[in-house]
Amino acid sequence: MSGMPTATVASVQVPAMGLRHEARAAFVIWQRELIRFAKDRARMVSSLVQPILFLFVLGVGLSSIVKAGNGPVSFTTFLFPGVLATSVLFTAAFSGISMVWDREFGFLREMLVAPVSTASILTGKCLGGATTATLQSLVLLALAGLVGVPYSPAMMLALIGLMFLMAFMLTALGLVLAARIRQVQSAMPMVQLIITPLMFLSGALFPLSGLPAWLTVLTHVNPMTYAVEPMRSVVFDQLPVDPATRATLDPGIVWGHWQVPVGVQVILVIVVSIALLAAAVARFARTE
Amino acid sequence: MATGNHLGDGPPPAIRLRGLVKRYAEVEAVRGIDLDVAPGETFGFLGPNGAGKSTTIKILCTLVTATSGTAQVAGWDVATERDAVRRHIGLVFQEPTLDSYLTGEQNLRFHGELYGVDRSGAAARREEVLRMVGLWERRGDAVQTYSGGMRRRLEIARGLLHSPRVLFLDEPTIGLDPQTRASIWEYLRNLHRSEEITVFVTTHYMDEAEHCDRIAIINEGRIVALDTPDRLKAAIGKDRVQISTEDDQAAIQALRERFELDAAVLDGMVSFAVRDGASFVPQLFAGLGVPIRSVTVNRPSLDDVFLAHTGTTISDAERSGGGMNPLAALARGR
Repeated sequence: MSGMPTATVASVQVPAMGLRHEARAAFVIWQRELIRFAKDRARMVSSLVQPILFLFVLGVGLSSIVKAGNGPVSFTTFLFPGVLATSVLFTAAFSGISMVWDREFGFLREMLVAPVSTASILTGKCLGGATTATLQSLVLLALAGLVGVPYSPAMMLALIGLMFLMAFMLTALGLVLAARIRQVQSAMPMVQLIITPLMFLSGALFPLSGLPAWLTVLTHVNPMTYAVEPMRSVVFDQLPVDPATRATLDPGIVWGHWQVPVGVQVILVIVVSIALLAAAVARFARTE
Repeated sequence: MATGNHLGDGPPPAIRLRGLVKRYAEVEAVRGIDLDVAPGETFGFLGPNGAGKSTTIKILCTLVTATSGTAQVAGWDVATERDAVRRHIGLVFQEPTLDSYLTGEQNLRFHGELYGVDRSGAAARREEVLRMVGLWERRGDAVQTYSGGMRRRLEIARGLLHSPRVLFLDEPTIGLDPQTRASIWEYLRNLHRSEEITVFVTTHYMDEAEHCDRIAIINEGRIVALDTPDRLKAAIGKDRVQISTEDDQAAIQALRERFELDAAVLDGMVSFAVRDGASFVPQLFAGLGVPIRSVTVNRPSLDDVFLAHTGTTISDAERSGGGMNPLAALARGR
């Protein structure tokens, strides 16, 4: 039965549905995200507004009452990596959730009926979301000097890598949510319900030291926390702070009595990313 | 499977359905369909909304799995050789599936990459299909600036980009004005000049089915008639004759008494159905006894065919069928 077509339809080439084809599909979906990002200037500008308000309005406004330890670290300096993280959070999660619009306008179907796996399509989408969110955050990264963070190339590269990884995870989360959301008008409430709490419970806006137990538990189960802490740690490595100040402002993550190493945090983020991507693939493959 | 019957020298049928059944929780959308469509045919799948057209096409496109039975496209089995089927079909859905932020050409480029079209020939192929549907000049414009008809044409061009063996069009002209509908059909008819392709189209516009080589009339999940449009109409047997007379009531009475025909006034004309209308006209002039001003003889339409096979008109079938079961909504998959 399966031998017949090749015998009778010799003129048609069936390209090997191999990895190369899958990679090509993922690549073009990544490209589409970049094209759309480049065309959507309004979105680019508007999603920079919130982090800049956090940094220069909230940060500066609260500086007078928040004594960031007792060293030379100002509150805005402390806030800087957290604000980078919130910028990535919203942009990337929105990238994933934008699949709701792709469904609404039918383009999702064009992707899902193609002779490629759902995994390749969603991987391309995650890479696209990660790239655009990281590109966007470069604007904020360029402001480092204004808040007393030195322009160290090694730190910049590390931050870019960490932001990309975090953005990948959050785009995948956005995709998982998008598989559930059937209507465009439900997308924004979903952001409020899921994404905003992730920001507040991640330690992006306050140090994880000396929190009440309930808040410690919530921050520890939030995968965002493990994406924010490495960024803060990379920034604090560049700051001239005494160990006591650092222990207050950048205490890291402690499970019981175990200080979780930054490397483990990064691995955790990778694991969660893959799990979320797999969940999104399962949901899209089943529901469309 | 009995592939022997079809081996011969020729290629396998473009579409081959055997005992196809699709049951949803509450409704049986497709109730046993057998069908062969030959390569190169333009095949029309005709029926009211909710008759099972969309479900059948979705099974053929690997979007929905059949409850039982088999379906093959260009020799590949839709259930077991999904990607091979997908690689060799073009799809134009009822609902638009374009990215309206991208340009026409970007939409095609995206599609070519997803379908693994050979890069060396891709640009030439894009130009070819864009010219075919008259959108080459507009290729650099964002799709959101296109009219409804242009978008549909772009979708047809995109469906052809990867040189599919079968092009599926699910209600390609729905929601378009008559002029645009006519132009879409012109593109489809001209396709055969440049492409070796089978076209499988669903429609519930009876007049559009006239463009097809063969049509299947489907009602309540079954094929009730399957033939060329001409033969289907010939099988009905009777033509529709309309005459304009000096005295319509006298004419109706004369038709009943002298020719045993039931006539009625429709749209200001006396109308009746008769076998071989053209040769009946001379008898009419000789024997009616009422002065006749004008005569029109019409071959039966596919609406008459549908009526003859289902006992209901297509619009009545839609009203009752569409209201009674949620099939249409289900079949659209949303």
